Amino acid sequence: MNNILKKDGKTLLLGNEAIVRGALESGVNFASTYPGTPASEIGDTFSKIAKETGIYFEYSTNEKTAFEAALGASLSGLKSFVSMKHFGLNVALDSFLPSVYINAPLVIAVSDDPNCWSSVQEEEDSRYISMLANVPLLEPSDSQECKEFTIESFKIAEQFSTPVMIRLTTRTSHNSGIVHLEPYNIQKRQGNFIKNESRFNTLSPRIIEMHTQVIEKLNKIKEYSEKSPLNKIFNDSSSDLAIITSGISFSYIMTILEENNLKIPLLKLGITYPLCEKKIISFLKIKKKILVIEELEPFLENAIKAIAQKNKINIEIYGKDVLPRAGEFNVGILKKALKKMGINLDYSENEKVKELINSLPKRFPILCAGCPHRTVFYAVKKTLPDAIYAGDIGCYLLGILPPLKALDFILDMGAGIGVAHGIKKSTTQKVVAFIGDSTFFHSGFAGLVNMVFNKSNALVMILDNRVTAMTGHQKNPSSVLDIEKIAKALGIKNVKTVDAYNFQELKKTIKKFSDSNELSVIIAKRECVFLKPRDSFKVKYEITEACKNCRICLEIGCPAIEFGEKIKINRSLCSGCALCAQICPNKAIKAAK
Amino acid sequence: MKNNKNFKIVITGLGGQGIISLAKIIATTAMHQGYDVKMSELHGLSQRMGHAESHVIFGEKVYSSLVGEQEADLIIALEPLEAMRTLNFASKKTAILLNNYTIKPVSTDKKEYPDMNFITDTLKSLCKELVLIDASKKLEKEINSIEGTNIFMLGYASAHALLPLKKEFLIESIKEVILKNQDINLKIFEKSANEK
Repeated sequence: MNNILKKDGKTLLLGNEAIVRGALESGVNFASTYPGTPASEIGDTFSKIAKETGIYFEYSTNEKTAFEAALGASLSGLKSFVSMKHFGLNVALDSFLPSVYINAPLVIAVSDDPNCWSSVQEEEDSRYISMLANVPLLEPSDSQECKEFTIESFKIAEQFSTPVMIRLTTRTSHNSGIVHLEPYNIQKRQGNFIKNESRFNTLSPRIIEMHTQVIEKLNKIKEYSEKSPLNKIFNDSSSDLAIITSGISFSYIMTILEENNLKIPLLKLGITYPLCEKKIISFLKIKKKILVIEELEPFLENAIKAIAQKNKINIEIYGKDVLPRAGEFNVGILKKALKKMGINLDYSENEKVKELINSLPKRFPILCAGCPHRTVFYAVKKTLPDAIYAGDIGCYLLGILPPLKALDFILDMGAGIGVAHGIKKSTTQKVVAFIGDSTFFHSGFAGLVNMVFNKSNALVMILDNRVTAMTGHQKNPSSVLDIEKIAKALGIKNVKTVDAYNFQELKKTIKKFSDSNELSVIIAKRECVFLKPRDSFKVKYEITEACKNCRICLEIGCPAIEFGEKIKINRSLCSGCALCAQICPNKAIKAAK
Repeated sequence: MKNNKNFKIVITGLGGQGIISLAKIIATTAMHQGYDVKMSELHGLSQRMGHAESHVIFGEKVYSSLVGEQEADLIIALEPLEAMRTLNFASKKTAILLNNYTIKPVSTDKKEYPDMNFITDTLKSLCKELVLIDASKKLEKEINSIEGTNIFMLGYASAHALLPLKKEFLIESIKEVILKNQDINLKIFEKSANEK
């Protein structure tokens, strides 16, 4: 049985799974998401248990539709939950902000990615968005807290009729810890939307009244936060130095304090917006120096400085002056900061080992052997070597790396098409926009319509591998909608679906469409190779004696092609896509017998 | 466990070698033996054949799920180059259990794969004890597949007092975590425990 559904006892859960367990114990009815790592497993876990528990779950087409779906359920009286990664919240922002004004109780879990382990856009601190939206913010530090804080979030959401935001980071989302399970009830509920003019008519001047009410509500939540056990003091005593922290940083600093027998007073904030001002004031008193430990931006540090100043507390507050603002923390980084604050710790980095590690050959993240994207990238580069290659978000962003170097930029979901259009209108250069099927439905479609409406003549390559691959192979609308038909329905004349393994056909189509100087869409279609079992690859390729060691096959960056003095194909990795055989000028690569 | 200190493990290798499964088995075992436990893993950009690393820490009370620099008690490495990459976690109290089976990086980095003697000399100089075993090579020879290398390493670590967890609990956790080819994996575990 799925551990997440165990009735009681304890089990090991990822932070993301523990969030779902918390929602389950709260009696959640409705959950939606658009997959995005580090938050992906929240949706995937709901997807696994939805049927058995009677919870409605959907992978929506993007984070905005996911948020709006959960909002609709909330307005219909259902217990609603929505999850996404940090960039997803940016996409959903347009509906998230007004949902606060109409008093919609729902819980939104957002996972930030300090160190960008699985993100390429920017290192974002979503906590500021809770402030912008005027919604309470909870930051768990491990799996057990992920569960407890989710339950608490539903409580706050209902008591104050407001959205509540849970902020995770990669390390809380993807760390496992022991979670103590409490019983839950499975209950399928029918919602009912009740019309209410004073709640939903937001036309001015009513909206100004609503804004005032939101601020009043926030003050009440602040009082709630003052009494909340989620804001907890450890080692309280008078002291020269004290620490304020939240989230995953707590786990690192507590490790250091415990292992080194340091009795430094520490305030752990579970609710980081709105802040428990009175509790903080009393904590600041009888201390000389405060170190605020938080990853990324000085969100707490600035707020605590403001509290100290307003209340005329004479205290030195440190944070980003001794701790980095970019990248994630670890025990070593915090030890260095404590040493800077005058704490005596026996720790120094081993610079020689660091140098040694930096000198090792790297294993870059790479498109899998047999990935259908590889053939498409190589075909475009060979056919249109001087074009501008606009990238987008998905596995195919790896095409920016050597040796393929098939993308000139990657920005955000849908930006490939959107920005390609602007470049096309501003220059005489050829422009190719690459986008995956899931990203096309997420936000590429609007860009393509814009190209039609504003008469662009770019070439759009849709890399249709049938799934949302990078985040864990979730289904997306490409499983029910035909992109070729959509492009034709938009009035685009040059539209063709090509097998993504067919190098020659791809080159021919790219050339023909590009020469026509009209807006063109090529759908390069082939199922993601990761989905096929390893033993299903019956045809393997090998290097024959005709090989002249020209090394052209290394240009495609296939992990199955190994090089030393001679080129060799790793039989266990080869997936039989045959790109190497199609490009070998000496016809030296053949299907193995 | 000595002096009530937490036991800290770094497991490393390549995506696809079963790093996370191995970490899960160890973490589950620790939980069943009554310890507090935390484990870290990373998902996302690196899928097949990228650097993979997972940490497991168990003991009376565990806060962090990341092992600090120079703080590992045990490093289990399924690939030599990846063992080198985790040397920042090693110190003179660290045991390194290394699978003697190299997998070269793909054609994206022109740097040469370091010489195996250089690797073992370097590892030895920076840890308490290096244990080099032919896990993958033996599996390749005997069952014509290197799948199960992770379990071989586990069996060896357990039988040679590198991992302070009980064998019968480890077996139960293998059954709980590994749902595919359970029988083969249990056999591999038993066999590796008898390795010299």
